[in-house]
Amino acid sequence: MSLWRKLACGVLLLVVAVSLAASWFAPAGYSKQDREAAGAPPSREHWLGTDEIGRDRFARVLYGTRISLLLAPAAALVSTLLAALVGGLAGYLGGVWARSAMAVTDLFLSLPWLFLLITVRAMLPLNVSPTFSVLVTFLLLGLLGWTAAARVLCASASSIKNSDFVRQARASGVRGSRLFWIHVLPNLKPVLYAQFWISIPAFILSEANLGILGLGVAEPLPSWGSLLKELEGLVSVGEEPWKFVPLFLLVLVVTSFQLLLSGRDEVAA
Amino acid sequence: MLGRRIAQHGLTLVVTALLGGFLSATLVRLAPGFDADETALDPHLSSQSIQALRQDRAGQHNLLTFYIRSLRLALHGDLGTSLSLKQPVSTLLHDRIPLTFRVVSVGLLMSWAGVLALALSTSSARTPAYDLLATVTAGLLLCVPAAVLALLSVLWNLPGALAIALIIFPRDYRYTRNLLDKAYSLPHIVTARAKGISPRRILFWHVIPIVGPQLLALAGVSVSLALGAAIPVEALCGLAGIGQLAWQAALARDLPLLVNISVLVTLVTLLANYSADVIGHAWRGPQA
Repeated sequence: MSLWRKLACGVLLLVVAVSLAASWFAPAGYSKQDREAAGAPPSREHWLGTDEIGRDRFARVLYGTRISLLLAPAAALVSTLLAALVGGLAGYLGGVWARSAMAVTDLFLSLPWLFLLITVRAMLPLNVSPTFSVLVTFLLLGLLGWTAAARVLCASASSIKNSDFVRQARASGVRGSRLFWIHVLPNLKPVLYAQFWISIPAFILSEANLGILGLGVAEPLPSWGSLLKELEGLVSVGEEPWKFVPLFLLVLVVTSFQLLLSGRDEVAA
Repeated sequence: MLGRRIAQHGLTLVVTALLGGFLSATLVRLAPGFDADETALDPHLSSQSIQALRQDRAGQHNLLTFYIRSLRLALHGDLGTSLSLKQPVSTLLHDRIPLTFRVVSVGLLMSWAGVLALALSTSSARTPAYDLLATVTAGLLLCVPAAVLALLSVLWNLPGALAIALIIFPRDYRYTRNLLDKAYSLPHIVTARAKGISPRRILFWHVIPIVGPQLLALAGVSVSLALGAAIPVEALCGLAGIGQLAWQAALARDLPLLVNISVLVTLVTLLANYSADVIGHAWRGPQA
């Protein structure tokens, strides 16, 4: 493992650990209001100041990081499993199944990702409980983000299906689902892992975009998207630099993922 | 062969556009709260008016009937009326397409100028410091959400087109750089360099013919990226284009508007990709 990858791994572990210990670092929680100090700059009590309704920004950053960092991998898992199922089966079955599955994939891919995401997200109720909004946001990412991965997996499954060991297994009498589950799917693991890791930063960024556009996680739950929405009210960059901390953290985490992925994206391709 | 490819793409274009519109309409129809009509809650409306509103709404309940009727009207130039903006969809699209076209085209031109300048200079110069700087810049831009870049462009009073360029630049740069690196490491190009052939000649005679079709395909894909980027940029920068209209339509669950925008965006995306494919195919020649 290169030095950069070790560093990226260290950064990610540190961020995850600190966010998991959010209740220890910020015992007041993410929604407690200090009305006397609404919109206050950083101080000893509020390290990153407070938002416009007096909630501690540091606590919100920690809890928001926890939500984004725990649920993005969950969404990535959903999308990877869907891609494995659709793409893997299409590649394995071939013929009309593969053509139909890839036509559906093409249909999804012909709409720009963010366009598809906001359209489908806006169709779901916006006035929902915070917990439900978190689930909806990340589930949506998982359910819509499988298409590009499915294409790659279809091609991989198709090539595995025609490989010597699968032909030999077929010649030995292994048939149908057993051939797929025992011989094809396990050999898709490297591609599945790569797709899973690639999806995580992509979903973190997508959640941030949705949050800024007001379609992400509902208040009072924090997420990187809803925290970044605060930047909308800024008049100049130097005015309240502490508001950029969530952005800095997001860039740091996504950069760490990119560094970790630098070898895996070749596998995915 | 080329004619067959164009016909094949044309057919796929029409089928995908129709299916895309239908899928979009299905999603809106199945969305929770579709049957709720806020205007019917107006206490000033008489029972006849409310009945008329309900009848109008009932026409949209059967999805297939709604879609076929809309399609028939669309062929006669009538794209329906926006439920939220109370204006003909064709007028709304007609008013907003020029702005989006301008912003997206300028953004694409700026992005590609930057991508080609940087990728060509780093691939041919091979100076580690310069290479690192370009990679880090592109890498950092890739890690910033598109909506944040749009917000920063508002803060710094930068044009929306520049925000779009910054959003698509790192994605295009990464692929272009890889393509050029692979091309420059090909044995015949290494030999040409060793023989002292000028960099310009190597570029135009050896590198571009190899990477050209792939760069064209990438240019086609970047149109889709730019259209996607137009949503946060137009919504947050207050630009009254198609991206902003899509945003408003999605928030208001405006079925006729959303279906038409979906079909339009799908068509433009596919047209760009297929044009790139056809030109690339013609470039590679009949042996491809």
